[in-house]
Amino acid sequence: MSSDRPTPERTRSAAHFVADIEETPVASVDQVKLDEKPSNLWIDGWRDLRHRPMFWISSVLIVFVIFVALFPGLFTQVDPTRCDLGNSKDGPSAGHLLGYNKQGCDIYSRIIHGTSTSLSVGILVVILTTTVGVVFGALAGFFGGFLDTVLSRAGDIFFSIPYILAAVVIMSVFSEQRNILVIAAAIGIFAWPSTARVLRSEVLRVKNSDFVMAATATGLSRMQILFRHVLPNSIAPVLVITTLSLAAAITAEATLSFLGVGLPGSRVMSWGNDISQAQKDLRTDPQILIYPSIALSLTVLSFILLGEALRDALDPKARALR
Amino acid sequence: MSVAASSAPGYSPAGHLLEVKDLVVGFRTQNGVVPALNGVSFTIDRGETVAIVGESGSGKSTTAAAIIRLLPGTGEILGGQVLLEGRDLATAHRHELEDVRGKRIGFVPQDPMSNLNPVWSVGFQVEETIRANGLAKGRRAVRAKAVEVLQQAGLADADKRMKQFPHQFSGGMRQRVLIGLGLASNPQLLIADEPTSALDVTVQRRILDHLESLTQNEGTALLFITHDLGLAAERAEKLIVMYKGKIVESGPSLELLQNPLHPYTQRLIAAAPSLASRRIQSSSKSLGSIQVAESAAGEFDLVSAAEVRVEQLAASTEAAIVVENLTKVFKIRSGGLKQTEFAAVDDVSFTINKGTTMALVGESGSGKSTVAKLLLKLEDPTSGTITVQGKRVDSLSRRKDLLSLRRAMQPVFQDPYGSLDPLNNIGNTIAEPLKVHHVGDRTSRRERVFELLDQVSLPRVIAGRYPNELSGGQRQRVAIARALALKPDIVVLDEAVSALDVLVQAQILRLLADLQGELGLTYLFITHDLAVVRVIADRVAVMQTGKIVEAATTDEVFDSPQEQYTRDLLDAIPGAGIQLGI
Repeated sequence: MSSDRPTPERTRSAAHFVADIEETPVASVDQVKLDEKPSNLWIDGWRDLRHRPMFWISSVLIVFVIFVALFPGLFTQVDPTRCDLGNSKDGPSAGHLLGYNKQGCDIYSRIIHGTSTSLSVGILVVILTTTVGVVFGALAGFFGGFLDTVLSRAGDIFFSIPYILAAVVIMSVFSEQRNILVIAAAIGIFAWPSTARVLRSEVLRVKNSDFVMAATATGLSRMQILFRHVLPNSIAPVLVITTLSLAAAITAEATLSFLGVGLPGSRVMSWGNDISQAQKDLRTDPQILIYPSIALSLTVLSFILLGEALRDALDPKARALR
Repeated sequence: MSVAASSAPGYSPAGHLLEVKDLVVGFRTQNGVVPALNGVSFTIDRGETVAIVGESGSGKSTTAAAIIRLLPGTGEILGGQVLLEGRDLATAHRHELEDVRGKRIGFVPQDPMSNLNPVWSVGFQVEETIRANGLAKGRRAVRAKAVEVLQQAGLADADKRMKQFPHQFSGGMRQRVLIGLGLASNPQLLIADEPTSALDVTVQRRILDHLESLTQNEGTALLFITHDLGLAAERAEKLIVMYKGKIVESGPSLELLQNPLHPYTQRLIAAAPSLASRRIQSSSKSLGSIQVAESAAGEFDLVSAAEVRVEQLAASTEAAIVVENLTKVFKIRSGGLKQTEFAAVDDVSFTINKGTTMALVGESGSGKSTVAKLLLKLEDPTSGTITVQGKRVDSLSRRKDLLSLRRAMQPVFQDPYGSLDPLNNIGNTIAEPLKVHHVGDRTSRRERVFELLDQVSLPRVIAGRYPNELSGGQRQRVAIARALALKPDIVVLDEAVSALDVLVQAQILRLLADLQGELGLTYLFITHDLAVVRVIADRVAVMQTGKIVEAATTDEVFDSPQEQYTRDLLDAIPGAGIQLGI
């Protein structure tokens, strides 16, 4: 092309090379791939979850626990409140699989009937914390400004008080009306800020997306945008937190009962109560303490595992890293 | 350029500096090895400047990374050789590689924003590199060398800047630092991966000029990776065009540009805005021209797209948008209770006639996107008036009036990955404006969605799919379909094609031109890329720091720019400096 003749080796390096056109066919640009399966966060998350053994193990356990809580009669015919001191600390016998505790009550039956208590407290707490947390977090994050300041500071104040400590104080005040609702409220009222915080930061992230701007330009009102676009895109971490805090709430109930400020052991079956009462005889009869502890651990563990599985499945970044 | 390179010091006629032979690279995934490079071979001579051009996913960055064995994640060299003066880097031991990296092969990464560690001062990071490469010993000597590197990188008062942190540097200055680091130990080869893609055009030009003079002075060979064919042809002696992990064509830049043989290269040339702008220019003046093969280029030919548009346009004098003295002042908190005022948009006035396209051009921070937001009523103006189709809209407050403005004017945003709700399927996304404005019932909306998908050339089955299954270009088509759902008269395109590969960009530009002819749309086209403007716009307004510095018809601006700033922008279009034929 140019006038000066290139040196020989320069010609070699800069020769005009063209790949075989047959071998490098030019595909049409930007063609839509239709063979792929539909995919969004939830669909992909489910596809991911399906292949996780932890998800299945924890789900089966949770379903089983729920089943036991709903239909304790299917698992035991023995009345957990019918105790006979004559059977105190007796070993297993026919119809009494795990033997008796110090009061002469059937351990197995008490565990089965205590399931619904643990689960109800957990679920009630989570309903409370999620409702308050989602409302506060969404409003604070989406509207910002003064409202954000007020709601976030309120959250900080509640967050600064350890919820177990607060629950102990509340339960001590309500010593006469200790029932499942009161204990759930006592735990939940100081546990919501973590949900609110997580949702607030997610909402802050999502509300600055271009698709929110596009929705505004389409003419959607602020509330429509919040419910149709912002919340659905920021709720996934809340789901994870909810599962994990359900486990924490069950532990909290057991802790309060163990400390003697939980549910009255005479009227309500509670694993925490049973563990508390068994501790005096730990050295001579550890089984009385161990059986309800196993029930508690397995239940809590299955929720934690489910939470972990959900977190990994719903975080596209974590998915990409594997 | 070739003369300067061949006479550079250190040039010895025997053997190549770098020879890549049948390089095969793959990425391990759960579903086996995904090939990224299928037998890539090329050579770089001492002092030579070579550019690799290709679209995203073509393997150009992988090639660069494979040479110095810095493949990301699960990437692996599966075959072939990378010979640096006869020594094979593909099989070299880690220690040998550390010896080569930095000292013999320098590397300038793509993103200047994330490649300096924000918690260490710039000086510390430069000194670290100098120590790692053993360029100087002793605290004083290292510091002196660091200052020298920064000075050489073109930073005035380098001494003072040593203590500053990356966030105190602009993007261009950071890239200068990275180039300085790459060149610190006088390597024989500098690899620059899209070194200026994140920067404004005028900054890009200065950086590349600087890079060119540095490498020429030292006789350093330069391998640079870019998606912009015009840029590559202007800066490199030799071009390598990559496509799907293979080299489809390579050769001397001008030869390749004027006589492309592979259909893919022909397409790239037809679609590159910088070259299209050059081609339009050269058709009016009798410069040497770049021929585009009609057959291969067809749908990607930007020049013919521009011509189609011009033919369709009926001259119109009816104003669709009139903006007068528009000003937007932001209050910025500057420590404590003090506030400083910052005029993002400063006394801007313009008129867009019905059925025409006006381009608003400017570099980042010029206020062009703020104008779009004010127009769309996503922000409220501080002062000034906006009249859309004869109605004042700047002071609209009733929801009913706002909704009618929304029906008349719709936006398409830049980021194709952010502008669609990932949890809404495509059908619902496109139908949303119809639902909000209560247009039609379920079945008629469904029909309208199909009609819109047809208009933007997407298959109808896509309605049940989700955004993350689509490519950037396809998402942008969906965004256009959504914007057109309410049959608006005006579409505001805010950098709508900036994030796309050139071929996809050409397709979308063509689509926009076709839609304008078909539906009589008025466009406000906001962009930083003057080359694209040449293809799409009737009028141009150039913005700088919140003000319009020049506004005229596209031909006037390109042929006789009045302002120095406009001339700078025009000169900075890559490819403007290509010396075609004689």
